[in-house]
Amino acid sequence: MLLSEVAANGPQFFYLVPLVVLFPLIGLLINLIFGKRLSETIIGTVASTATVLALLVAVLLGISLVGHPEGAIVPVMTWIHIGELNIPWAFQVDSLSVTMMLVVAGVGALIHVYAVGYMHDDVRHHGDPSRYQRFFVFFNLFIVAMMILVSANNYLMLFIGWEGVGLCSYLLIGFWYDKGEGGIGNAIAGKKAFITNRIGDFGFLLAAFIMFVFFGTFTFEAVFEQAPEVASGAILAITLFMLLGVAGKSAQIPLYVWLPDAMAGPTPVSALIHAATMVTAGVYLVARSAPLYVLVPEAQNVVVWVGGLTALFAATIAVAQFDIKKVLAYSTISQLGFMVAAVGMGAFVAGIFHLVMHAFFKALLFLSAGSVIQGIERGAHHIEHDPALRKQAKDVHDLDPQDMRNMGGLRTRMKTTFWVYLIGALALAGIPPLAGFWSKDEILAEANIFNGWVYVLLTVAAVFTAFYMGRQVLMVFFGKPRTAATAHASESPNVMTVPLMILAGLTILAGTINLPGVHTFGHWLEQTMEENAHAGEFVIFVAALSTILAITALLLAYYLYYHRYKSMQDQPAAKRPDDPLRPILGPVFKLLENKYYIDELYSLVILNPYVKLSQFLADVIDWQFWHDWFHDVVIASTYNRLASFSSIQIDLGVIDGIANGLAKVTQSLAGQMRRLQTGYVRGYALSVFFGVVLILGYLMLR
Amino acid sequence: MLPVSYYIGLSAVLFTIGAVGVLIRRNAIVIFMSIELMLNAANLAFVSYARVHGAISGQIFVFFVMAVAAAEVAVGLALIVTIFNTKQSIDVDQMNALKG
Repeated sequence: MLLSEVAANGPQFFYLVPLVVLFPLIGLLINLIFGKRLSETIIGTVASTATVLALLVAVLLGISLVGHPEGAIVPVMTWIHIGELNIPWAFQVDSLSVTMMLVVAGVGALIHVYAVGYMHDDVRHHGDPSRYQRFFVFFNLFIVAMMILVSANNYLMLFIGWEGVGLCSYLLIGFWYDKGEGGIGNAIAGKKAFITNRIGDFGFLLAAFIMFVFFGTFTFEAVFEQAPEVASGAILAITLFMLLGVAGKSAQIPLYVWLPDAMAGPTPVSALIHAATMVTAGVYLVARSAPLYVLVPEAQNVVVWVGGLTALFAATIAVAQFDIKKVLAYSTISQLGFMVAAVGMGAFVAGIFHLVMHAFFKALLFLSAGSVIQGIERGAHHIEHDPALRKQAKDVHDLDPQDMRNMGGLRTRMKTTFWVYLIGALALAGIPPLAGFWSKDEILAEANIFNGWVYVLLTVAAVFTAFYMGRQVLMVFFGKPRTAATAHASESPNVMTVPLMILAGLTILAGTINLPGVHTFGHWLEQTMEENAHAGEFVIFVAALSTILAITALLLAYYLYYHRYKSMQDQPAAKRPDDPLRPILGPVFKLLENKYYIDELYSLVILNPYVKLSQFLADVIDWQFWHDWFHDVVIASTYNRLASFSSIQIDLGVIDGIANGLAKVTQSLAGQMRRLQTGYVRGYALSVFFGVVLILGYLMLR
Repeated sequence: MLPVSYYIGLSAVLFTIGAVGVLIRRNAIVIFMSIELMLNAANLAFVSYARVHGAISGQIFVFFVMAVAAAEVAVGLALIVTIFNTKQSIDVDQMNALKG
């Protein structure tokens, strides 16, 4: 009876869900406690195994969901219980959270394996192999926090994960905290990311507080159930403050400035945290809060415009960047803009679909970029240790291995990396039938229905995307090597290339999970999001237009960065522009290269006044007013005067006067009385005699 | 039998002689003897009244006084000997170390 029921309903593994957090936690603890004594291979294996096990659990959960589409809430314990408020520590298992778990653990596992190889070289290149252990401890901690974030069943638990990933992001951006510009550049980048995220978290917290006031609960189910009855003003406030949190975590206007600087972290960090998973947490949050957002169209509009503008804005900046990772960073901001816009316009399926696809191809691109960087570092290393070559090449030591102007011609030297990079770049550019095409097109189709302007915005952003990816591939892999180090670059080891190939395979094939007309992924999400998830219609016009535009942009990039670039090499070095676009765009290129001077603008408008205000508060208010005047003058000198009054006047005058006076009186009295003591016995006898006579006389005459 | 006032009168005379002796003489031994005189004047008064009232307690009290006087003589003479040893004199006017 029971057995047949189980068989009929399929296997059910929901109770396993705490393990997705527990496995990485165990891996983290093993590496934390025993890591000093373990070899690099074992540390890497432990960390990777922990993530792979979490992936297996996520897969089991996914299988269970096929038989039980309603999912489950797995309570572990009561977490906070104050008065009416009861917040459980409970895991939400449904198609949305499991999708995120699969992405986090899947991409995470591949990046862990890649990092085993990458960090082996990286710690040696930076000259501190002992940090290998620390890296994997942080990496597993990140998986723990991210899993808590996506598996939470209430906003407060989600916030714990949200802060946890922020912490890991900070720790890993500043992983080489003693390196970078002026020996402190990386630390500053980490701090910038952390503080910018705090501004966003402030919004998240305010949203949570308002939620508590109006709902009295944080659990998703309860909040969504009550939402229609709550005043729409409160929900508007919640959703907008939440958007501030989203803008911080998912690097949207105006809080995106931290993400490009976050590239100071090792490349696997950029791939896992700052491209594939953490930065998509904001998108997840909006998708998770879909029942709230659909109630307030105003908030949805704001979300869409923030996303759309970010998409275009960041895409234009990416065109003029030279750092291979910065290009990808701005590309990530732009793609996150696509996702945010998608979830904002109610196209939750398209948004999450793009999130998953982006996780694959952007992780692929970042990891390949890491492979390129290390390839060039190996080339530089090779030259430094070859006396014959070292004489010819003088620039090797100061070479920036991330500057695309130093690259070129890597196609023949790093074949695997080239092919996987090409696949990732074409997927990002939106060339069918790669992953990015399907998801981006769904967003564009939805935007076309939602609002014509947003559609135009996103389409232009997509054109820029294709252009800068073409530019990047051509600058890095085509033409002739522009430095000696690049000329001697070599392919990365298998431990790095195999995860790249797997990710490339996923990038090619993953788009099939949500093919037009079939919408497997859409129906999968419908189990959780119900009527909020609607399958996006495939519009042949939109798809064709975007494909044609993308190919045009790629051809333009080909013309500029292959033909122009080649002919530019004939010019004398002094006159030769470093980018073919520079003479064409002129000052606009400089504007883009300097990121619209947004960092400078923020410094001018926010940072400098803030520093000035701080200095004013510190110097004038705190030091001069409080310290010099209030403390020293008002309190200290008043007290001093009071103390001197009470010590000189009261203590010395009155108290001591009484004591001394008493002594003096006694002394002078004693001086008078001592004369009575003559020392003559007979005198004493006489006084006794008279005394007796007196007493007797008194007694008798009484 | 003589009236009791005679005895009391004698006692008073003896006491007065003793008291004057203590006050005016400088020789320690004489002062000592004067003290004995006063004690015995008191003794005489005691026994006189004991006899008049037929109360034995007055006579018993005399024994106590005599015992105390004996002890006093022992201590006093010892003191006088010691003083003489140090000062080569028993003149009480020279013993004024307690002068204020």
